[in-house]
Amino acid sequence: MTWLTNLPAWARWAGAAALGMLLLTIVQSVSGTELLTEEGTAQAMVRWSIPILLAGLGGLYSERAGIVNIGLEGMMILGTWFGAWGALNWGPWGGLLAGLVGGALGGLLHAIATVSFGVDQIISGVAINILAPGLTRYLSERVFSGEAGGSVSQSPRVDGFDSFTVPGLADGLGTIRDQDIFWISDMAGFARGLVAEMSFFTLFGLLMVPLSGWLLWKTKVGLRLRICGENPIAGESLGVNIYGHKYLGVIISGALSGLAGAFIVLELAGLYRGGQTTGRGFIGLAALVFGNWRAIGVLAGSLLFSYPFGLSLVDFNAESSGEATRAVLLVIAIALVGVAVWAFRANKRNDVILAGLIAAIALIWYLSTDTAASWLPNTMPYALVLIVLFFASQRLRGPRTAGLPYRKGET
Amino acid sequence: MAPAIELIGITKRFPGVIANDNINLTVEEGEVHAICGENGAGKSTLMKILYGMQPADEGVMKVFGEEVTFGSPNDAIDRGIGMVHQHLMLADQMSVIENVILGSEPTKGGGIIDFDAAKAHLAEVGSAYGLTVDPDDMIDTLEIGERQRVEIIKVLYRGAKVLILDEPTAVLVPQEVEELFNNLRELKADGATIIFIDHKLQEVLEISDSITVIRRGKTIATVKASDVTAGDLAELMVGEELPSPATGDSTVTTDVALEVNGLTVLDDDERAVVDDVSLKVHRGEILGIAGIEGNGQSELINAIVGTWSANSGNVRMAGKDITTASVRDRREAGLGYVPQDRHREGLLLDAPLWENAALGHQTGAPYSKGFWIDRASSRDHTGTIRSEFDVRSPNVDVSARALSGGNQQKLIIGREMTAHPDVLIAAHPTRGIDVGAQADVWNQIRAARAEGLATLLISADLDELIGLSDTIVVMYHGKLVATLDPSEIDPRTLGSYMTGAALSDASATDPGPSELSGDPS
Amino acid sequence: MTNPLLRRIGLALAAPVLAAVFALVISALVLELSGSDSIDTFRTIGSNGLKLETFVDTLNRATPLFLAGVAAAIGFRMNLFNIGVEGQYILAGFAAAVVGAELNAYALPGFVHTAAIIGTAMLVGAAWAGLSGLLKVTRGINEVISTIMLNFIATGGIVAALLPKVITDPTAANQGTDEIAERAWLPELNGLLEIVTREIGKGRRLTGVFLIAVIVGVIYHVVVNRTVFGYDLRSSGMNPFAAFAGGVPPKKMVFLAMVLSGLVAGLVGMPEILSENHAYDQGFIQGLGFGGIAIALLGRNSALGMTFAALLFGFLDSSSAVLQVQASASAEIVKIMQATFLLAAVVAYEFVSRIRQRDEVARASVATDVAVDSAAIGGASA
Repeated sequence: MTWLTNLPAWARWAGAAALGMLLLTIVQSVSGTELLTEEGTAQAMVRWSIPILLAGLGGLYSERAGIVNIGLEGMMILGTWFGAWGALNWGPWGGLLAGLVGGALGGLLHAIATVSFGVDQIISGVAINILAPGLTRYLSERVFSGEAGGSVSQSPRVDGFDSFTVPGLADGLGTIRDQDIFWISDMAGFARGLVAEMSFFTLFGLLMVPLSGWLLWKTKVGLRLRICGENPIAGESLGVNIYGHKYLGVIISGALSGLAGAFIVLELAGLYRGGQTTGRGFIGLAALVFGNWRAIGVLAGSLLFSYPFGLSLVDFNAESSGEATRAVLLVIAIALVGVAVWAFRANKRNDVILAGLIAAIALIWYLSTDTAASWLPNTMPYALVLIVLFFASQRLRGPRTAGLPYRKGET
Repeated sequence: MAPAIELIGITKRFPGVIANDNINLTVEEGEVHAICGENGAGKSTLMKILYGMQPADEGVMKVFGEEVTFGSPNDAIDRGIGMVHQHLMLADQMSVIENVILGSEPTKGGGIIDFDAAKAHLAEVGSAYGLTVDPDDMIDTLEIGERQRVEIIKVLYRGAKVLILDEPTAVLVPQEVEELFNNLRELKADGATIIFIDHKLQEVLEISDSITVIRRGKTIATVKASDVTAGDLAELMVGEELPSPATGDSTVTTDVALEVNGLTVLDDDERAVVDDVSLKVHRGEILGIAGIEGNGQSELINAIVGTWSANSGNVRMAGKDITTASVRDRREAGLGYVPQDRHREGLLLDAPLWENAALGHQTGAPYSKGFWIDRASSRDHTGTIRSEFDVRSPNVDVSARALSGGNQQKLIIGREMTAHPDVLIAAHPTRGIDVGAQADVWNQIRAARAEGLATLLISADLDELIGLSDTIVVMYHGKLVATLDPSEIDPRTLGSYMTGAALSDASATDPGPSELSGDPS
Repeated sequence: MTNPLLRRIGLALAAPVLAAVFALVISALVLELSGSDSIDTFRTIGSNGLKLETFVDTLNRATPLFLAGVAAAIGFRMNLFNIGVEGQYILAGFAAAVVGAELNAYALPGFVHTAAIIGTAMLVGAAWAGLSGLLKVTRGINEVISTIMLNFIATGGIVAALLPKVITDPTAANQGTDEIAERAWLPELNGLLEIVTREIGKGRRLTGVFLIAVIVGVIYHVVVNRTVFGYDLRSSGMNPFAAFAGGVPPKKMVFLAMVLSGLVAGLVGMPEILSENHAYDQGFIQGLGFGGIAIALLGRNSALGMTFAALLFGFLDSSSAVLQVQASASAEIVKIMQATFLLAAVVAYEFVSRIRQRDEVARASVATDVAVDSAAIGGASA
């Protein structure tokens, strides 16, 4: 199996995605739903994954620089408010930029507290998560409540970006989809959802993945930023400005979280509303862990965690009421059986039993219902995070000194 | 020609200690110059000053004849000085090339690293000095000797002409030491100047041209390696203060206090790091375990103390099987423990001294009464430790962090000794503390021995081992490979046992593993 | 300040005072920038604070905040970040309300009914927190991530799934569990206050949970500071390796600390269940978990410190209602004051602790020098 580990990361993830599609296609044919690989599902998944992705990438910069950032959520909240404010005044681009700056300010605050003052990173993050909603509520009361449709907890409606369809590619994929070939057509249809009617902001978010990978692994700044997370003392002994790079990482982290917030306002909700981030910052953090602190891994995690929700958008409506979401239970059961087999071969008895047990629960659940309850898709991402961590946490390795305080000249 | 390095009258004080006291050192260009001295003699401090990591309080530094002052390692690097630290400064999850170029990355413009150019330069440096590494290997896949090579290359990559190596052999196995020495000879042949810090005399004599001996922060002498023997060096290093090798009359009794039978301990990767070890320590006996670090001593201690579980075999205290007992049960049964790393395993740095004194003894008098912590009596007792063991602190309420290393160690020794243990596990009890505190610690251990304490002593300081122990066993690759009588052995011979070198010679007379134990009978 | 004792006391007070001043300045700045009169706003808050009714409001608000603070502090003492107090108390509150309503049907003495409700809450809180502890101990999953995920699973999943099943009147405006029988309600404590004050008006009632909070605070203080178990807990939090070598098994302590934290977290929702609504409904109070973390941070995990912190936050919260009605300023300024105070305080604490450390090192080295000198003198005279 060494050829597997020798493949580049993107190829491995692509292979995993193809296998995942195969699994979805099979389950789909058993369960009598067509939504699992629907174009609309893919579209919704991608759209809803962007905030998680951006927050996760934000976490990537910060943790690679050795600073744990659970303030992502708070910085995202700042992004939502500033995004709405910017969009009201200067249109979508203004919203994007203002969201970025608002989040970056949150990042700066976190950097000052943790890097300069050595405050515990979790504590500072919690404080920012408490500060952000209060601040945005206050600002809304001052700025939005006077305007039509605005209030202490809500902004007037704002316009988002235009969307576009990648020409040729979408048509080509559409043609393959219509051929109705098992698995292949499903993949094509799903993939078409990724390239059709995509907003510029979505594209922008997706482009952050290769950009971040390139920046962190191919440039001087990236290498120096990463040494802050791996072994800052070694960096210091070679003259690297550790404080400066930590600041940089945390501020970029805030900026990306702010972008995530702006995305929610501009692309998902069409307005600012208090509490609209609903923990996506934390899910982003989980996607970071799931993705083993790699840009492409964060993307994979974001897509996985937003899939149930994306599906629920097409699954809970007049024609459908959770049949497809119910089918996801079967997907989970089968995936866990796979985990159990893998654990059996790796001789981990406890993992076999536990994976089998959870698989059995999911299967029984699947068999005993016809439709899933509407709360299930909201909960699934969080449960998925725990399940993934449960079976994979020992294989994941983050930056070695993330979370630890660093002070210059102390060895 | 001006010498490569000239240090004149360097003095460095720390609170309560003078680490370097008017030190003079001259290193000629193109030589291997060893700096020798016991632990705590001030070698590492001196090198940190030379490498710009710490400023000297007084004194002058000249590099190739020019007077310099270093504000940071960057200044030293600019002057062509590079340092290979004792604790390797590498990022485990980065590749060799990333580690090497960090801080002086070649770029293609726009901040993009030119990895091809970097690898080409690396190959150039490598072939010039005969050092080979694969630039794409991740550090955590490398053996320790290879990692050290990466460190040396890292320094050479920056064009260093003077290399400082801080105790580079401490973590190496003999073959790796040999390889390192070959590398160093090659470097020297190519014109590099090498400063080599060590306290292993045999190695120092083998590799160096000149040797400067430092004792208690002062330069004692600079000699040519060809003019001296290991014995001469040892005398220079320890001077008159040589710990009296005799621990006095033997107090060894026939009561077995601690017994280890066929103990095997596996590490996380399921390798046997302690392999079928058996030993006995009697009341009134000090059993020394010699061995190069990483040969299973730590794991053996952990299994005896109970912080790591044994895979097979058993541990008995006073005949009672404690193999599966909890740490607390063992401590309450009279097991004292002086851990090897006092900051990691010995102290609560942010807690007051009296809480530190209670650590490990918190379940009984004088620190607690049943369910309750007895603050008054705890503080009282800590005061006693403070005066009896000469722990220099303003009171018992300051945090342990505020104390110097020696005083922290005396506090640990004091808390263990005043609990009157039956068995004491003492790991490197005098590591990194000054000479005065060292003598205090030794005296305390000797006194307790006279009262019947059974001590298992682990130390990297061979003089300490030979001086204190009634019996010495040698641990090598997880096994006990020799039992030696300290009165008949010198550090050099002991060292050759530790590296495994003496084993093949002595195999004819070497007793079989089953008979190996501290049991003199 | 040359007197070391004065200096120590000064340093201890410096952090909170500095933080308070900083928070006031920032809030004043925000108020002025947004066109409000800061002096007027602070005066409104101040004069309102002198009223007895405000004091009752403050205590009512401080009670659950303090309990949440203790829950968080138990984790912090062990270097564990129980971010999940939020989910733990909501789940516990829900379970307690369901059990309480179920028990209406049985003939029970009131105190048994009450005890069953409180017991259920504590057990559920402990179980939910213990799950995170178990994940950490057996799988090494960071408790920050697991507690956050479990928060969402508790509120968005379990409660959302089960609440519809226990609703008996689907037409009611506020959907929730059935009201718990009056025999199980905790008595109000107005009488306790009225011993020293005038009669409390405006329908304010001091929650009976206040007494529970006081008891919890005392137990917390005594157990943590005066018992062997508390010593084990603190030492394991400060340095798990050293504590282990000293006989304190780290995994067991992690699990225990999480369970105890959850046990107290379960109580946070009790004022709602036993004094105010007597049911769990969609308006069940949220955000106390994160508030509790703030209280623990401000109060430095000490019972006394957290008392002050909870009273302060409780007071500010009860002021926001007045601001809403009276002042020209926005009530949300209170949230900003709380958050800036919190951030400023954690920074100030860190800053002061560095100064203190430096002081101690200096004093310890003086002690060493003195000892050296006296040894030299002793040697000379001998």
